[in-house]
Amino acid sequence: MVSVRQAVRAWAVEMKFSLVDQTKLVTAASELARNTLIHGGGGSARLEALEDGGRQGIRLIFEDQGPGIEDVKLALTDGYTTGHGLGLGLSGSRRLVNEFEITTSPGEGTRVAVTKWK
Amino acid sequence: MDRIPILKMGPFLLVTIQVDMHDRLALSLQDDLAERIASTEARGVLIDISSLEIVDSFIGRVLANIAAVSRVLDAQTVVVGMQPAVAITLVELGLSLPGVRTALNVERGMELLRAALESETLGSDGDASTAF
Amino acid sequence: MASPDSSILPAVVRDHQREILQQWIAEQSSGSNARSDLLSDAELRQQSSEFLQLFREAVQAGNLGNVMGTEWQGVRELLATVSKANAIRGFTPIDTATFVLSLKRPLFQQLTTDAGSDADLLARETWTVTTVLDSLALFTTEVFQRSREEVISRQQQELMELSTPVVKLWDGILAVPLIGTLDSARTQVVMESLLQRIVDTEAGIAIIDIAGVPTVDTLVAQHLIKTVAAARLMGAECIISGIRPQIAQTIVHLGVELVGAVTKATLADAILYALRQSGWSVSRGRS
Repeated sequence: MVSVRQAVRAWAVEMKFSLVDQTKLVTAASELARNTLIHGGGGSARLEALEDGGRQGIRLIFEDQGPGIEDVKLALTDGYTTGHGLGLGLSGSRRLVNEFEITTSPGEGTRVAVTKWK
Repeated sequence: MDRIPILKMGPFLLVTIQVDMHDRLALSLQDDLAERIASTEARGVLIDISSLEIVDSFIGRVLANIAAVSRVLDAQTVVVGMQPAVAITLVELGLSLPGVRTALNVERGMELLRAALESETLGSDGDASTAF
Repeated sequence: MASPDSSILPAVVRDHQREILQQWIAEQSSGSNARSDLLSDAELRQQSSEFLQLFREAVQAGNLGNVMGTEWQGVRELLATVSKANAIRGFTPIDTATFVLSLKRPLFQQLTTDAGSDADLLARETWTVTTVLDSLALFTTEVFQRSREEVISRQQQELMELSTPVVKLWDGILAVPLIGTLDSARTQVVMESLLQRIVDTEAGIAIIDIAGVPTVDTLVAQHLIKTVAAARLMGAECIISGIRPQIAQTIVHLGVELVGAVTKATLADAILYALRQSGWSVSRGRS
């Protein structure tokens, strides 16, 4: 998890994101990596640099083969938790990025892709 | 496993977090602090997070827990030196740490702890919520 | 497209580089588009000869059909530098494009001489040169446009920072008088610069005065609240002053609660409160 944070930080610095945006992105990565680890039983994290008409962005993709999420809407509610956290991991990290995309099906795992534009 | 050192300064405990804190380290800090407050009969805990680059919901919760546990053990907790980017992110995340007292730096944090201790020994119930 | 072997352009540029350069410079300084006011003769000469040298190398490399190819990298880089410099100096895009296009006449003249009576060859070479130079001229326009946009966005940023001055009122007391419409981006800049100044000046109290703000929408109100919350996390207190009656109504109507924020009617009240909080007392001296 620490290595995911460091990798995301390095990329965000490389792409000259502002300090606040760097921090937001790294924090979101930290939240999502923890979810993958705790709820998904481990998985993969992927980083992508994006370019769209002069805009630069970073996309983070977290994938796991865990139990999946039964009720995505509920999982995205502030304060809802199945673990022992504050229930802010998913809902909070959604507020830290520009685009948030979640695909999940019970029993097959979860994929969360978030994008932050510069 | 590395641990975060806890320094004793008079009636207070001082913790400076200087590493990228992973979850296990945060949890062990929470346990260690509770132990040390009890064994030293400390009246205040000052946690300096000025070199911490991120505080996510887990670390945020650990900080809130530390404050709550030390309150039960009759010690005040002050978190000092949170960076602006970290504070903005934490608020955006939805965490405002209502039970945690804060100060700009170690010096102000110490003043706050001392003032709290004094007002207590004077017998008044002065429980100021923010430091100046 | 002419194949590299059949084109005489590489040979023409190689053998007559000096003459072409002379004519080109003459062309540029005599034309109606000459900008001797912005560019000295020496600079013009330097720029032109550098370009021609790179142009010659690129032509020699053979890829005449595609100026975006790697053979043309040197030429493109030089043009990018010139375009950017021109954008800053106040040239028009026409000036910059003309720099490239004015090379046509000298090249055509030289080609005419060298092609002799071969009309087919001349027509083909003319077409090649025209295509290459037109593409390069279009490229300069694009770079010019892009660097203009960079200038504009930087100015916007600077303007935004200028329009939100964070002032130190007293030891440990900061104030931001906000004037004009607050949008989300500007509020964010205010928030970040205020919090940074709190760290820099070790100020325990920050006053946000919104007396000059005509309206507050939900988003702005939320940004204000977030600023207050973030400042508290850092160990500073925020006071919001100058809330006009209708804005107070809006805030209540929107259901936004200014939790944790001290509000004062006027900046003066806020200053007084801040001074008292910091342990100062204010009294009128005897006159």
